[in-house]
Amino acid sequence: MSTNELASTISNLILILFLVGIPLYGALKGVKVYETFVDGAKQGFEIAVNIIPYLVAILVAVGMFRASGAMDILTGFIPSSLRDLGITSDVLALALTRPLSGAASLGILGEIVTSHGPDSFQARLGSVILGSTETTLYVVAVYFGAVNISKTKYAVQAGLLADLVGVLAAIVVCRIIFG
Amino acid sequence: MLNIIWLFLLVVSTVIALATGNLKPLVNSVPESAMNAFRLALGLTGIMALWLGIMKIAEKSGLTEKLSQLIAPLMVRIFPGVPPDHPAVATMASNMIANMFGLNNAATPLGIKAMKDLETLNPTKGTATHAMCMFLALNTSSLQLVPFGAIALLAAGGSKDPTIIIFPTIIATTFSTVSAFCIARLLSRMKRYQD
Repeated sequence: MSTNELASTISNLILILFLVGIPLYGALKGVKVYETFVDGAKQGFEIAVNIIPYLVAILVAVGMFRASGAMDILTGFIPSSLRDLGITSDVLALALTRPLSGAASLGILGEIVTSHGPDSFQARLGSVILGSTETTLYVVAVYFGAVNISKTKYAVQAGLLADLVGVLAAIVVCRIIFG
Repeated sequence: MLNIIWLFLLVVSTVIALATGNLKPLVNSVPESAMNAFRLALGLTGIMALWLGIMKIAEKSGLTEKLSQLIAPLMVRIFPGVPPDHPAVATMASNMIANMFGLNNAATPLGIKAMKDLETLNPTKGTATHAMCMFLALNTSSLQLVPFGAIALLAAGGSKDPTIIIFPTIIATTFSTVSAFCIARLLSRMKRYQD
């Protein structure tokens, strides 16, 4: 079995564990699983609608950037060794935007999915980067803001360094699994 | 910041398109991108709804609460400055579990509550404590079990196997979380960050 198939199998097993295990546990605990599911699922539409403005903003701007030829010029500055690893300018943009805005980075991933294809190395790498990093600056602002802390000591540095490790780990893991 | 980046993209694209004669493809890309954005968002709805429904069951059945009780003993070791019976232990644990399940909406209020609980242990108001820095570092390294935002986007884009990213994401996020812990520990020992 190739690493690709193995990743697919393990991923699917985890998915099924969540999909069936959680409702089963809920039912055993006396939760009305069907009604609770529907109640929670209603938010899905809300989130999708909320994300449309961000997706439009990013996809149009990056789309223009690509169509103008600017993306190709920018990509020319990325060392070919990095490009060979699948780290194209849009993947780099995703990693750089991630600490700032979750919705914007989701928008960039959307752009990568439409331009490289949903099963491309870039789309998978971008997905793993999105999953293993956070909107660090936003979280720090919200959490510290709530308790009026202005001297954040090393929280931002530690958070951003961890994001960097997340991006590097994503690249290594994706190279090993998806080749 | 994003204001500047966005405007930069629009202006630079136009200038370069004019310089290279790519004005027509540039103009054509605009409505196409806008329509793609809507199509992607529409595709997101189904999987988003599915996961939010499942996670609501996890929340209501007390599964998230139970798991947070399970990791509470570990919390005491990660946060030596927080007494084991302090309310911050429970709120931090619940916030982390909610994050692992991708319950972003439920995780944020819990995280704010955890910060308020940690603040009661803070001798110098306005300055972060070591426990707060560690909590944020672990939080922003985001140990996530099901990255359903990305799965939904891949599925919306027509992927043959959108869930293939779950396993690699868990591995990568484990690295980032462990390193977040080590980095915060190391930084907490630096002279300049002592009180």
